Amino acid sequence: MTPAATLPEEPVPYRADPVWRAHARAFFRSPAAGLGLVILVAVALVAALAPWITPQDPYDLASLDVMDGTQPPGSRSFAGLTYWLGTDAQGRDMLSAIVYGLRVSLVVSLSATLIAASVGSCIGVLAANAGGRLDAVLMRLVDLQLSFPAILIALVLLAAFGRGIDKVVIALVAVQWAYYARAIRAQALVERRREYMEAARALALPRTSLIFRHLLPNCLAPVIVVATMQVAHAIALEATLSFLGVGVPVTEPSLGLLIKNGYDYLLSGKYWISTFPGLALVAVIVAINLVGDRLRDVLNPRLSA
Amino acid sequence: MLTYLIQRFGQAVLTVAAMATLVFLGVYAIADPIDVLAAPDATPDERAQISRRLGLDQPLWMQFATFVWRALHGDLGRSFVYNEPAFTVILQRLPATLELAFTALFIAIALGLPLGLWAGLRAEKATDKAIMGGSILAFSLPNFWQGLMMVLIFSVTLGWLPAGGRGETVRVLGLDLGFLTLDGLRHLILPAVNLALFKLAVVIRLARAGTREAMLQDYVRFARAKGLRPARIVGVHVLKNILLPVVTVIGLEFGSMIAFAVVTETVFAWPGIGKLLIDSINRLDRPVIVAYLMLTVCLFVLINFVIDLIYAALDPRVRLAETDA
Repeated sequence: MTPAATLPEEPVPYRADPVWRAHARAFFRSPAAGLGLVILVAVALVAALAPWITPQDPYDLASLDVMDGTQPPGSRSFAGLTYWLGTDAQGRDMLSAIVYGLRVSLVVSLSATLIAASVGSCIGVLAANAGGRLDAVLMRLVDLQLSFPAILIALVLLAAFGRGIDKVVIALVAVQWAYYARAIRAQALVERRREYMEAARALALPRTSLIFRHLLPNCLAPVIVVATMQVAHAIALEATLSFLGVGVPVTEPSLGLLIKNGYDYLLSGKYWISTFPGLALVAVIVAINLVGDRLRDVLNPRLSA
Repeated sequence: MLTYLIQRFGQAVLTVAAMATLVFLGVYAIADPIDVLAAPDATPDERAQISRRLGLDQPLWMQFATFVWRALHGDLGRSFVYNEPAFTVILQRLPATLELAFTALFIAIALGLPLGLWAGLRAEKATDKAIMGGSILAFSLPNFWQGLMMVLIFSVTLGWLPAGGRGETVRVLGLDLGFLTLDGLRHLILPAVNLALFKLAVVIRLARAGTREAMLQDYVRFARAKGLRPARIVGVHVLKNILLPVVTVIGLEFGSMIAFAVVTETVFAWPGIGKLLIDSINRLDRPVIVAYLMLTVCLFVLINFVIDLIYAALDPRVRLAETDA
């Protein structure tokens, strides 16, 4: 008999597995979602490190040579640089242009999503908490806005504001806040009847603390789900607007604007100027959708049916 | 029912009024049209003259009142570029867009319903997974990119179909229609499919979900027990029950098709109102922008109004709930 067996059983302190770890494990059970996340991290790194890893600074005019214009993929410049993805009409290396374009696309869509999520969440949680007439008016506004297609609203705003990165962000926020407001209001209506809210109210905490420190943090799961999906929408919408020529300015081209610039050449068989930025765009959108789908299943099993 | 109708009508008018205010403020008040109209070297006197002629020296509320008064009489101003009433310019382009949208709608239903039914009947099998996978791609990839790839494959590489334009048209009852000539039809296929793809995915999803639900219902079990042929069960009993949501959504989505035609028309150089809008934004042709936006807003409000009415007629609970509130 080993001495250990004779010892009185010591109570093992119960330690709950942190929620996020359980979620993470559930998330990586889907290989597709894992792949999506890997692609996203890689894309984000490449975009963040653009100035240090691209073979050429595509907006430094001194490094461009018109003699290298519209070269097919794999051709070499006079300086010995290989254009793996070809060049555009100005002799710009497409690989470098795509990395910089990715940067603009991501900055625009991420900041728009962040702002829209904050604004929409505040409005949604306020509406749920206030109830009555304010709630009715705000939700009617949400219904009204969602009954118009996003692209129409964005076009109205950009027709009025003109081109510009900040203006595209404003237009995307104006288009997207309503989704968050609706999602978080539904959640808040459930959460505000829970015991912890009852307790917080019984403590006579100030209203702002009730709403923003107790109610809001408990309503964030649907926001995270909506936000991942909306980032993909924001990227696609920004690309569409830039393709239409009402989005980002020509001095800071996003992927959509690169595609537009290559469109004229597409018809004469110079496919690479439009196709490769397009493939980058598609890869990012598909990766976000894979991650978003999985997040929705993991964080909110009710929605997945 | 009458109370409900009046209520909804009031809401619709209110929406149009609100949007008219927004469009007016957006397009007329934020930027100064004089900068576009007057020559860059115009003297302050000349600028004031133009400003007086266009009524821009009036206070904003007065300008707005004039705008509303004229709009109510069907006058949305003259296009700077075409020097014709903006509304006329749009009406000339409207048949092209409607032709495109209706063809796309037809494609979405004619392909979407059978595919969705098929996927629903073979749920979780390879056919279902293939159809659903395709619909996710149609759903999530940007529409203009799909159009571009269609041009690259079918026009540039294979050379089967033209990449842009509308081709030959025939005048029927005062409308220029393209689908009656072979050339027009060839030009129509790519843009119509491009515009249809998104709605196609929606129809497939709806039809699939409806079919899966309907197949479990008692009436299908009874029909089977009665010894009806599977083709009749699916073709009559199931199809009838999945049509309602599909028709509703298609009605709702028709307006968004007109809006999304902006993208398709730009990709395929289709001479409709969507391309006109983009051209007008680039040329700062404000009256045309305003006319387009007001037309689309009215269209959307009208569609929503009609759908509300149909819902109320079909489902008494809707109108009871609304009039009580």
